[in-house]
Amino acid sequence: MADTRRPKATGKTTKQNSVSADALRGYYTQMVLIREFELRASEMYARAKIGGYCHLNLGEEATVVGLMAALKPTDYVYMTYRDHGYALARGMEPGAVMAELFGKSTGVVGGYGGSMHMFDLERRTMGGYGIVGGQIPLATGAAFAINYRSKAGKNADAVMCLMGDGTTNIGAFHESLNLAGLWKLPIVYVIVNNRLGMGTSVEHASAEPDLYKRGCAYRIPGERVDGDDPVAVRDAALAALEKARVDRQPMILETLSYRLKGHSVVDPARYRSKEDTETAQENDPVPAFRNRLLKSGVLDDKAADAIHEAAEKTVDEAVKFADSSPDPLPAEMFDRVYATAVANAPGAFPGDPVVVAS
Amino acid sequence: MTELTYRQALNDTLRAEMARDENVYLIGEEIGVFEGSYKITAGLLKEFGPRRVVDTPIAEEGFTGVAIGSAMLGLRPVVEIMTINFSLIAIDQIVNHAAKIRSMFGGEVSVPIVIRTPGGGGQQLAATHSQNLEVWYAHIPGLKVVAPSNPADAKALLTAAIRDDDPVLFLENLGLYNLKGEVPDGEQVGEIGTAAIVKDGTDITVVSYSRGVLTALEVANQLAEEGISVEVVDLRSLRPLDRDTVCASVRKTSRAVIFEDDLLTYGIGAEISATIGEGAFDWLDAPVRRVAAAEVPLPYSKPLERAAMPDAASLTKVIRETLAASAFEGGQGV
Repeated sequence: MADTRRPKATGKTTKQNSVSADALRGYYTQMVLIREFELRASEMYARAKIGGYCHLNLGEEATVVGLMAALKPTDYVYMTYRDHGYALARGMEPGAVMAELFGKSTGVVGGYGGSMHMFDLERRTMGGYGIVGGQIPLATGAAFAINYRSKAGKNADAVMCLMGDGTTNIGAFHESLNLAGLWKLPIVYVIVNNRLGMGTSVEHASAEPDLYKRGCAYRIPGERVDGDDPVAVRDAALAALEKARVDRQPMILETLSYRLKGHSVVDPARYRSKEDTETAQENDPVPAFRNRLLKSGVLDDKAADAIHEAAEKTVDEAVKFADSSPDPLPAEMFDRVYATAVANAPGAFPGDPVVVAS
Repeated sequence: MTELTYRQALNDTLRAEMARDENVYLIGEEIGVFEGSYKITAGLLKEFGPRRVVDTPIAEEGFTGVAIGSAMLGLRPVVEIMTINFSLIAIDQIVNHAAKIRSMFGGEVSVPIVIRTPGGGGQQLAATHSQNLEVWYAHIPGLKVVAPSNPADAKALLTAAIRDDDPVLFLENLGLYNLKGEVPDGEQVGEIGTAAIVKDGTDITVVSYSRGVLTALEVANQLAEEGISVEVVDLRSLRPLDRDTVCASVRKTSRAVIFEDDLLTYGIGAEISATIGEGAFDWLDAPVRRVAAAEVPLPYSKPLERAAMPDAASLTKVIRETLAASAFEGGQGV
């Protein structure tokens, strides 16, 4: 069995005391925005405004916010398909993220990617990836490029590569970690362990279920952190990123949290036990963090409620924006296929002739 | 003009492009210390050092993905996959990632990567080491696939591929590396997406690519002695495909045979044949025929390997049958 007890606060997490009240309120504000956004996305999916797959960060808000808070704007992040929250925390406009879910031309990638493929080059947010593990070699390549171009140091760029617990079993994970360990690349592999890969538990999927240990064959140190605590997550991520930046030492960080709902919005998660579902709800990081901030006096009820109301309003506006945005145009569909124009590039729609007889 | 082997043309081009652009680097198995399984990268580690010529462990998915990720940040990797057979281990990175990233991410980023890899059988390497899988990649929008048949095109198309901002699969062939040919001196940037008429003719068109073009030319020259005029189209680019050049040739000759190293069913020839059917139907005097590999995992034994692979004899036979089927009256009798 994996040791899934809540990790104890380490020396690093005691730094929490030094976090400013503003920063804490900021984290809470982001967590609430993600919560509201995801609940609304689920609703919009049920109303058929959103198509395809739709995976939510519900229950992972503390992890998402803590990880993104640790990144510098110049760092690169590669995501999984469960990416809405990261996109928001990284600064993408909620309206543009919702419009992407709606498949509209005003979406972050113009409606070409959808839920699983949020991307923003300016914010160095290098995409959500729908193929499990597909992002790991790519993120390792981004770290390769940083290493190719620049020297290690406190201000050096680094890469954060997100993945789920199930991903640690795919070949791409192991090949990438070997290369990163071999070439000393500035990358932190973050295993967001929500204890379930679709419906398969970590214990049924990984011969070493303590996932932070999985880098040992590549001399990549790992740490586990309580994913329900945004400050602990941020501090652990900062420490790992520092090792990557300064020592060019690739690192693993495992965050432990619970998925509040099914794998995607259409999954009722009947395979989960009642106890498991209850544990997930008891550990819900959003009310837990609210209570913590109330207790420590960083927030009062009025301020906390105002944060909720503001988030609801932002999400209302995002939906309105997405709904009223124009669809992308089929006539422009072929324009994005190639960056360098090429002779005889295909441009035929179904039923068009491929050759014009003369 | 200088006479060079196909291998030397590739080596010279890699050197020139690395010298021109600091972002160009080479990555693959055994390309540095070992100088490449087929010695295409000979001398380059010594000249450019291990930062620019990166030897990798045996991890095709890993290092191909690393190259793609580095290209997303603006580097211009030239990946060597030792043979096209091993590209299957990297196919998720090539097909699901390199080919899709630009379009799926709204055109915000591109993937300027070249994957050099030799295909082809005929070296008694048996079933897993003798395949022509180029059609798998030619099927995929977002990729460009080129397959030069001679040293001059190898230089021009490799230069173009390296300077192109999209992922290019650059198909080589074990049977071409020692081929000699005249190569223009100085910078030559070829045009991806265009075919070439490598021999003019009037009686029948043979369409081929990569090593197949050599056989097509050999057969065309032999038949010329009998007064049969064969036009040879070298596709050069499998994606995009220059359908107009193929159709224009067939409209002139009224007959077509496709000669391909890959397997018959769903092969390159099937696409060319469908193209001719749509673009030159009214000009055809005989059914379009394909000469392709027998549909077996290629055996090791030399007689079996020979029997399974398309060759000059099988191409000659099909050309004669096609001419006979259309009451061809030229030549000295078919």
